[in-house]
Amino acid sequence: MRSMGLHARLISLTPLLALALLLIGTAGIVAICPPGTQRVAIEALIKLLVVVGSYIFIGNSGVLSFGHVSFMAVGAYVAAWLVIAPETKELMLPGLPAFLMQAHWAPAVGVLAGGIAASAFAFFVGLPLARLNGISASIGSFAVLAVVNAVFSNWTSVTGGQGSLYGLPSYAGLWTILPWALAALCVAWIYQQSRFGLRLRGAREDEVAAQSIGVNIWRERLIAFVISAFFVGVAGAFYGYFLGVIAARAFYLQMTFITIAMLVVGGLTSLWGAVLGVLTITLLGEVLRHAERGVDLGPLSFGAHPGLQELGLAALMLIILIYRPRGLTGGREIPVVGAFWQPKKLIGSRSEP
Amino acid sequence: MTLTLQYAVDALNVGGLYAMMALGIGLIFGIMRLINFAHGELVMVGGYAMLLLVQLPGPLVLALSLIVVIVLALGMERLAFRPLREAAPSTLLVASFALSYFLQNFFVLVFGARPVPFAFASELSTNFEIGHIRIVLLQVVSMTLTILALVGLTALLKRTSIGVQLRAASQDFRAAKLCGVRANSVIAFAFAISGSLAWIVSLIYSAQIGQLSPAMGVRPVVIGFVATILGGLGSLVGAVLGGFLVGALSVTLEATLSLQLRPFKEAVLFALVFLVLLLRPQGLIAVRALKERV
Repeated sequence: MRSMGLHARLISLTPLLALALLLIGTAGIVAICPPGTQRVAIEALIKLLVVVGSYIFIGNSGVLSFGHVSFMAVGAYVAAWLVIAPETKELMLPGLPAFLMQAHWAPAVGVLAGGIAASAFAFFVGLPLARLNGISASIGSFAVLAVVNAVFSNWTSVTGGQGSLYGLPSYAGLWTILPWALAALCVAWIYQQSRFGLRLRGAREDEVAAQSIGVNIWRERLIAFVISAFFVGVAGAFYGYFLGVIAARAFYLQMTFITIAMLVVGGLTSLWGAVLGVLTITLLGEVLRHAERGVDLGPLSFGAHPGLQELGLAALMLIILIYRPRGLTGGREIPVVGAFWQPKKLIGSRSEP
Repeated sequence: MTLTLQYAVDALNVGGLYAMMALGIGLIFGIMRLINFAHGELVMVGGYAMLLLVQLPGPLVLALSLIVVIVLALGMERLAFRPLREAAPSTLLVASFALSYFLQNFFVLVFGARPVPFAFASELSTNFEIGHIRIVLLQVVSMTLTILALVGLTALLKRTSIGVQLRAASQDFRAAKLCGVRANSVIAFAFAISGSLAWIVSLIYSAQIGQLSPAMGVRPVVIGFVATILGGLGSLVGAVLGGFLVGALSVTLEATLSLQLRPFKEAVLFALVFLVLLLRPQGLIAVRALKERV
């Protein structure tokens, strides 16, 4: 990377800028829309944070993690413990340790703490998990998700158990989440171009070859895992604020499915894929949600169809997997650079070999 | 003493169910390196098929619902997994995850998400006692079915030509193909068997829980995963052992954990999966063909 000229460096930033502008532009348009649309956009933005966060690990390492939603749960609960008013906590969560019981932090600090807690959790889980390859890693991460879910949904005195946790501030808004989403994009972009990202991507393409030139795959995976968990934890904290009421079941298979579908549909191996996946699935989800309520098409009238939204998403995901296994983007970054100028010696700034 | 014996009976029963689940998953994994998340939906569809056919005479219900499940299993293979046969195992896993989600929500669309009370042959839940041990008729039936299924499957795999081909394919798929094993028919055969096993589970499981719901397949399939991993992915004997082991474990945990800790049973099982993956990733019974070659 050091050999890159300033010009090349600037050019390598254009896809990132394009993504950031896309995001800011969309947020600007949504800001003048009715509250219903805004709520959809806020949820999409939170999912973008989850997906970009997951992408930092999954996209660069090629290891499919089913466990990232557990980082969301950690982020959401840690933020809730720190932010909910002490009086409310005494009623709902009698088992909280004194320090957490008295905490009454600002929501923004809670978000940060959620991210840090998720990172710390990811570090300890990742120590062993990063050793696993391929399908064992997927199942191992799934086991983490299941354990976290079982603990959060049953440790009633600390998490509210099967019931729900309320009293969260309504802090999740377009303009509070957008900076985080932009930060996630920047970190993901910088990481994938850094030596760490390149080593991990090398290991993704050929494990043995990467090891033979001295790449410590375990270490690289762990680094990506911890960074990745931070943003997913932040997203979890926001999701808690967004819902207003937290229950452990919000962070299980359904959320895992949707976020993985977003990654797969967009394309696992590019940042542009992560963003495009979130956009596509959100739009499709909205269209199907309206269809779910019932449509009148002349002689054909359909009643309300609960489940249609999920059915459509699953079908789309299967079709993409079969006919376009590298996702809508085909694993490429946003095609801005090529349109104006094709860089000649830009090793490492493109995901394609 | 009686208590221990009672636990043993329970453990064998639960274990038998898990073993069949694990076998259904392990069979497909051995051949295709596919962890079939949608195996649980075969169980679910079996239950709903019995519900729809319940007006017919008993044996006909059984036969027709079995056919429905097998057809679905074959359809899954043909439409979703065959086009992906060359794909990476994690892609296959995601595809089966999507398929499972698709089927669940299809049933939500048609039947609604609420559980429907239903038990095929409810007279199975009668109790009787043999020397202070409480036995439910259903347990006897499910034990018998489990034993029959295991014996039948062993005979099928050891004695018939297609069974031998299947075992060969699960040891080394490429070498088996080179020896003239037809990939499509062996894989279809495996899916048909896997479907039949799921059907037996759905017969017993729906009678146990007394209701049907689109998401009913998730729990058994997740426990089935645990069993397959403990036993060793790809090994059929391992899958059966793993199933009984998980059964014994969950009954032991149920008996020894205090009332407060009991809900954490699942957490313990999955923590165990995590440990096994780390300490003995090949499981109880290692499969040599699974070693990654360079």
